[in-house]
Amino acid sequence: MSALQRTALYDLHLELGAKMVPFAGYEMPVQYGLGVMKEHLHCRARAGLFDVSHMGQVSLRPKSGMVEHAAIALEHLVPVDLVGLKLGRQRYAMFTNETGGIRDDLMVARRCDDLFVVLNAACKTEDIAHLHATIGCDCDIVELTARALLALQGPEAAAVLETVAPGVSDMRFMDVAIIDTADGPLWVSRSGYTGEDGFEISVPVERAEALARQLLAHEAVEAIGLGARDSLRLEAGLCLYGHDIDTGTSPVEADLAWAIQKVRRTGGAREGGFPGAARILGELDTGAARQRVGLRPEGRAPMREGTALYAAETGGEPVGTVTSGGFGPSVGVPVSMGYVPVDLALEGAKLWGEVRGKRLPAEIVRLPFRPSTYKR
Amino acid sequence: MKFTEQHEWLRVEDDLVVVGITEHAAEQLGDVVFVDLPEEGTTVSKDDEVVVIESVKAASDILAPLDGEIVEVNQALTDAPAKVNEDPAGDGWFFKMKLEDLSALDEFMDEAAYRAFID
Repeated sequence: MSALQRTALYDLHLELGAKMVPFAGYEMPVQYGLGVMKEHLHCRARAGLFDVSHMGQVSLRPKSGMVEHAAIALEHLVPVDLVGLKLGRQRYAMFTNETGGIRDDLMVARRCDDLFVVLNAACKTEDIAHLHATIGCDCDIVELTARALLALQGPEAAAVLETVAPGVSDMRFMDVAIIDTADGPLWVSRSGYTGEDGFEISVPVERAEALARQLLAHEAVEAIGLGARDSLRLEAGLCLYGHDIDTGTSPVEADLAWAIQKVRRTGGAREGGFPGAARILGELDTGAARQRVGLRPEGRAPMREGTALYAAETGGEPVGTVTSGGFGPSVGVPVSMGYVPVDLALEGAKLWGEVRGKRLPAEIVRLPFRPSTYKR
Repeated sequence: MKFTEQHEWLRVEDDLVVVGITEHAAEQLGDVVFVDLPEEGTTVSKDDEVVVIESVKAASDILAPLDGEIVEVNQALTDAPAKVNEDPAGDGWFFKMKLEDLSALDEFMDEAAYRAFID
């Protein structure tokens, strides 16, 4: 086991009283002094600052010099319309495998000279090897290890970031821009992983701590750890790779068909042409056998990852499994997501989750559990 | 007041033992969102899992510190599990046990020993 890596904000985390835990090969703050519940609620009420520097930041630079060519190349790996992605815009995508499962999910931003890609920390080494092996002849694949990544999320995020990076308030959800500041340019996207309006900010490591301190100096901003990041994304109905999606789940099963634009579907101008297209296009046309759904347990007992789901209160075999679950601080009740056969995946339908040997009722509900507040 | 290595406190009250978790344990656990209490009248053996506590982070158990009978549980925790964090040594108690012999408590740590244990 190699030593854990540290982000540029490691010392600041300690100074802020963070409890550090190993996560995806990094020492990361799971919570600060406020604790998970208050951090979660603060982010929804005001603004939260997250260190997400463990995530992979990669620049795909077309060898031809034309960014269109990088988009065409990357379309071989994802079922997403990247050729049609406009300059200054970002899209959610997923690397698929030959059997139609998901290798990783990612964000792709189109810029003047490159595609800027953000990858999950736990998958980034494999993703980068995958990129080299597949589109390395078309693109230089440059991992930007000298950059940190911060997220500022919550209703006051725009007002706070505007004081540091003038102009960010004019961005819309999923816009990306290079914003000049007094200390140099920042790469900003109006996106995040909380269901809140907010930003992700890529900054050179040597400027990361100063930027974090500048943002934290605002009375509206608190540092938020990985614990609340998880409960925030769960309430927002967002998938966590390795839990809600993995190499065995297809994008259609995962209810991510919205991320597959028409042009890549059956009959589209660039139909298929990505790994696992046969299965994924088939499922788009005729449906998948199972589907990710939201679950609202009836009582107060959380149904956590791994909870077996049953169609009846007694007897029978499990029909599905919870892939993420816990307590939703903003909704004030337990919430879960899991996979169930499509014929059972009906809003309002009742299932039973087996918690410590007892089958407890849960209702299938629409995702997200809490409406998102993106600035579209 | 006595303390177990599982971070429970034990307090004798009217010949019964009141059981809760220490402030240290409550802090480690994080915000408690659900408490699954045993039925009153249940006979338990030492180290039986008698209470499940769910925090925002994870589920954990409280073990019976000794053989005995659960004679009363703190029903208030069902609707207000946060009491465990707010007042772990007071309103956040979990259950009261009847023991055959209260002298069995002698084996547990006193406060000074517990403080040394968690340091």
